[in-house]
Amino acid sequence: MFPKPIAQTSPWTQRAYKVFLPIALIIWLLPLIGIAVTSIRPSADLAAGNYFGMPSSFAGVENYTAVFKNSNIGHYILNSFRVTIPTVIGAVGLSCLTGYALAVYKFRGNLAVFFIFVAGNFVPFQILAIPVRDLTLKMGLYNTMTGLVLFHIAFQTGFCTLFMRNFMKALPFALIESARVEGINEFKIFWYIILPLVRPAMAALAVLIFTFIWNDYFWATIMAQSADVRPVTAGMNELKGQWKVAWELIAAASIIAALPPVAMFFLMQKHFIAGLTLGATKG
Amino acid sequence: MSQHAQFGFWKKNQKALAPWLFLAPGVLIFLLYVIIPIFQSIWISFYEWDGLGPKTWVGLNNYADLLTDDSFYTSLKNNVIWLLLYLLAIPAGLAVALFLNQTVAGIRLYKSLFFFPFVISQVVVGLIFTWFYAPGFGMLPHIIKALTGSEIAILADDRFATYGVIAAGLWPQTAYCMILYLTGLNNISSEQVEAARMDNAKGWSMLWHIIIPQLRPATFIALVVTVIGALRSFDLISIMTVGGPYGSTRVLSYFMYEQALSEYGTAMGYGAAIAVVLFAIMLVFISLFIVRMLSQEKNA
Repeated sequence: MFPKPIAQTSPWTQRAYKVFLPIALIIWLLPLIGIAVTSIRPSADLAAGNYFGMPSSFAGVENYTAVFKNSNIGHYILNSFRVTIPTVIGAVGLSCLTGYALAVYKFRGNLAVFFIFVAGNFVPFQILAIPVRDLTLKMGLYNTMTGLVLFHIAFQTGFCTLFMRNFMKALPFALIESARVEGINEFKIFWYIILPLVRPAMAALAVLIFTFIWNDYFWATIMAQSADVRPVTAGMNELKGQWKVAWELIAAASIIAALPPVAMFFLMQKHFIAGLTLGATKG
Repeated sequence: MSQHAQFGFWKKNQKALAPWLFLAPGVLIFLLYVIIPIFQSIWISFYEWDGLGPKTWVGLNNYADLLTDDSFYTSLKNNVIWLLLYLLAIPAGLAVALFLNQTVAGIRLYKSLFFFPFVISQVVVGLIFTWFYAPGFGMLPHIIKALTGSEIAILADDRFATYGVIAAGLWPQTAYCMILYLTGLNNISSEQVEAARMDNAKGWSMLWHIIIPQLRPATFIALVVTVIGALRSFDLISIMTVGGPYGSTRVLSYFMYEQALSEYGTAMGYGAAIAVVLFAIMLVFISLFIVRMLSQEKNA
């Protein structure tokens, strides 16, 4: 193990480490702690210049209720779910198919198709924006959930295919071979043998894509014009303009908007990190 | 063709056809929304177009206009600054990972909390830092005032604004690199480390000669995600400065948005040309990544 385990060092170092650890964490999260405390501060505190001290009273309930009352945030949150959940299902579903094709079959063009998915995944959004918006308009899907979801599914399929293909490559190939010898057809092999084995990969992808799409801002801004479609990231930008210096409200709204992916992360931490660090150990 | 013959054809060729059937839906939607639009954007960049009316062919004029546009040079310069400073997330992430790679009580929770900034959206990170920097009531100006006696409005000052936005971006990016390195450190061969300890290697020389070489896969991925992240920067600029003050925090992605996508942006051809330049810059890095991944594939 590197660095040397702290338990093998001098008692003085051990004590210093234990003291410094929480201090480092507080410094690291200082901006976040600041915004969390601001979100429960009464607005009178901000008016009186009490920005960092103890809040004079707990105004969390008032502030958070005010956010829901004075804005469409409840609606925006719902919109975010309506964009995020179908995208997760679509992208993970499609990539099970593409990943399987690229991992299991040897055919001409296999690597070429794979690297088109990988490369497409890295392009800047701006090179896609004009044609994608145009295409969505022509299909009559501009400013609809479906329009936004279809693009997200397409784009995320790139990353998901990379992930699924590499995961399936590591499965025991003998299993598939023996099923073929038994005369089981290719689709049944996929459905009954492969899919149950890739559940961990599906879980990892699902949490990652959930977070990516929930946090998307660029596409939410250019593809959703009206409040019925606008996800919470684009909604936050509007609220910031609307509330200007009412930072206790902006802070509370920020916390609300950040909560779903944070909850997802803490509930599915193992899968999340496994997904994010794919390839960080070998290669 | 009889039913039986069809079935026979499928039976004989299913191994050759199956991969293409599995690929079809994913490949089609990816072509439609990702690959074809790249070429359409390149095509649009040769036209003058307001997005609604007819297109007028102007050849390379949009690119020639870019060369005389100060905003383009500001954006390009800022992209370089973003790229260089964003790379700091890699050593910073390694440092945090080394600090946290211990087995004391509660360390798992500490690791999760250090990773926290990456999970929240850049919009929220941008708002948090806008508040953190705000003159008058933000935390940082107070700290600076206590130290130097004068207040600085970071995001309103064109000398500091870009650096202020980048610092906000480094916060989640460092967290990302940290988690990559924590995973890498977890998989380091303990025999090699012990053998090196026998040879009296420790501290810096151990880190440099034994640990970092073993972390190469993690470093590669950290490099990929950091470079892409730096060049994709858009959210933070949009939230924190809207490109200002005086356009000083623009980058190519934001400049393109202003020209072609925002409420007042109708210069599709010009916007597409900016996007093509950004794409060309990214293509250099994408090609490097692909070449490396390809050589890994061949070795596997």
